[in-house]
Amino acid sequence: MKVQEIKEILNAKVLTGEEFLYKEVNAAFGSDLMSDVLAFVNEETVLLTGLTNPQVIRTAEMIDLFVIVFVRAKIPDDSILEMAKKNNITILSTKYTLYTACGKLYEKGLRGVVVKGEIR
Amino acid sequence: MSNQNSLMSLEYEIIENDFTRAGEASSNMRKVLTHLGIDSKIVRRASIVTYEAEMNIVIHSYGGKINVTISPEEIEIVAKDKGPGIKDIELAMQEGYSTASNAVRELGFGAGMGLPNMKKCCDEFNITSEEGKETKVVMKIYIRKNS
Repeated sequence: MKVQEIKEILNAKVLTGEEFLYKEVNAAFGSDLMSDVLAFVNEETVLLTGLTNPQVIRTAEMIDLFVIVFVRAKIPDDSILEMAKKNNITILSTKYTLYTACGKLYEKGLRGVVVKGEIR
Repeated sequence: MSNQNSLMSLEYEIIENDFTRAGEASSNMRKVLTHLGIDSKIVRRASIVTYEAEMNIVIHSYGGKINVTISPEEIEIVAKDKGPGIKDIELAMQEGYSTASNAVRELGFGAGMGLPNMKKCCDEFNITSEEGKETKVVMKIYIRKNS
């Protein structure tokens, strides 16, 4: 699924990284636990989260994650957007809750991450 | 051409409780590895282990250091702190076991996955610690096997 489609499905605002809307992801992961993100994300994945601290960007950077959706209309502060920009990460903000946002993407065919051959 | 024993060493000072700068060391190391042309899958594993190690020092210790040594064969990451040490290493290695404070959990850490994640991502993993003493984690990721 292209990032552009994610933006449309979630009625999201692009906070940074408009130039990367053409990129594609194979899976989605919804979580506020950064160690879980490090442990389970292993392919082109969109991260949906309500956590808007710098560690979210650092975590994304470590695993080459290039798109993050902040849910519940959360807007991170400028320093975080700057960090995302430096790392070529697209940041979207949607008014939907984590559950609803994940559900909307799931029903359009975006699955969860695959761990040990199984979709989780 | 580089000789068999060519090394590059990086050293990072990690300050306890400094959540603003936490991750900078790993980020810097990651850029160096990428710049050296190391395979992206290896860079990713090195990034994960170093980042988890860095967060552990920030969250759980009195401060410490991360030393990274890069040779054509492997990347060695040594994370050492000044204490307070781990009482039960086996327990600490269990997925989900955490001694992190609520403040830390609110930052998205403290899920108890750090040490297990680190062990999973490296080819050699060794941790030594005792209550009241330093904790030292030595990790190796092979770049190429010696023939």
